[in-house]
Amino acid sequence: MSISRRHLLLLLPAAAVAWKHVLAGTPESSPNYTMSEHWWGMLIDLPKCIGCGNCVRACQAENDVPDGYFRTWVERYHVSDYDIENPAVDSPDGGKKGFPAAKEASGKNFFVPKLCNHCVESPCTQVCPVGATFVSPDGVVLVDKKYCLGCRYCVQACPYGCRFINPKTDTAEKCTLCYHRITKGLTTACCENCPTGARQLADLKNPRDPIHEFLKSHSVQVLKPNMATHAKVFYFGLDGSVR
Amino acid sequence: MQAFKDSGHLFRLAAVFVAGILAFLVVRGFLVPKSFGQYGHYRGDAMAEIAARPVNFAGHETCETCHADVLEKKKDGKHAHVNCEACHGPLAKHADDPTSVQPPKLDTAVLCVKCHEANAAKPKGFPQVASADHSTGLPCDTCHQPHSPVISGETK
Repeated sequence: MSISRRHLLLLLPAAAVAWKHVLAGTPESSPNYTMSEHWWGMLIDLPKCIGCGNCVRACQAENDVPDGYFRTWVERYHVSDYDIENPAVDSPDGGKKGFPAAKEASGKNFFVPKLCNHCVESPCTQVCPVGATFVSPDGVVLVDKKYCLGCRYCVQACPYGCRFINPKTDTAEKCTLCYHRITKGLTTACCENCPTGARQLADLKNPRDPIHEFLKSHSVQVLKPNMATHAKVFYFGLDGSVR
Repeated sequence: MQAFKDSGHLFRLAAVFVAGILAFLVVRGFLVPKSFGQYGHYRGDAMAEIAARPVNFAGHETCETCHADVLEKKKDGKHAHVNCEACHGPLAKHADDPTSVQPPKLDTAVLCVKCHEANAAKPKGFPQVASADHSTGLPCDTCHQPHSPVISGETK
């Protein structure tokens, strides 16, 4: 579709009005956002991941994540031939600055981006003694900073190691799936900045979301399915060695 | 009423309990936020507070409302699906005030290798170079146009 100059001039004021709304927005005032109409997850298309660390940098820039802590990070796996049980995993600075050349090019080498799996049966929310963390009605695991005591139960309960205690606030912190963005119709910072489309935000309640077609036609896996957490971050092309 | 002859202390005890329960309910009413329990065992307002965080990455749709010319350059190239801020950085402030907030100039000698430096763990089909051999330190935009990086005449 090509836009003529005249059309663009007509569109600009509308865009400006929408943008004001986006910047000031809360879910209530976000146009067209109803929690009950969404069920968020993510698709990670592993064969597309190039380990550039753009997602990690974007997450830190968007969410003010303190240095040395990560809401999302990238791991590099090295699986030597026939030894799937003992992969060598490294993630220097969470993959934020990319990865140095592999010591060994033999065997199998690949990247695995990780983040909160936004589990439906989330072990972390079940152990919170004060109701400070919860699964929102639209399927995002969130932390209420004002209620969190910093007791660290949830940090230990998460089987994926996705939580940490923010040293500044002394409260639990984790991936919010960019809740402040997805409620305004934007995608997450990591998905927006993934250059290869390896990460894609998925709205499982939206019948027009391409995730449905993808899930139908591809073999996907979640991390640690044996823990029955009902994770909503789906990995395509996941190797059996990934923990 | 012979059986309740000495029952005064029981009523006094009951009164203490009732007063205690009332005091508990009143204090609880003050301490528990209104929105607690609105959707579950948590504060319903927490979601609005989390969602009120300002956005740093404006999103490519916002960029494209003004920079249609760049979109045109990108659309047939290899970088067609690489979003603007993936390279240019978070620019919501620029989108909000395009004249006074200007995006920083990018150094392609540093930028491009973040994705394209050769690494054994990268997918085999992804274009990657050992930058030291490939360009001998020259910035990539000496030869490649970042918005559509394939040099015309090249096969890949």
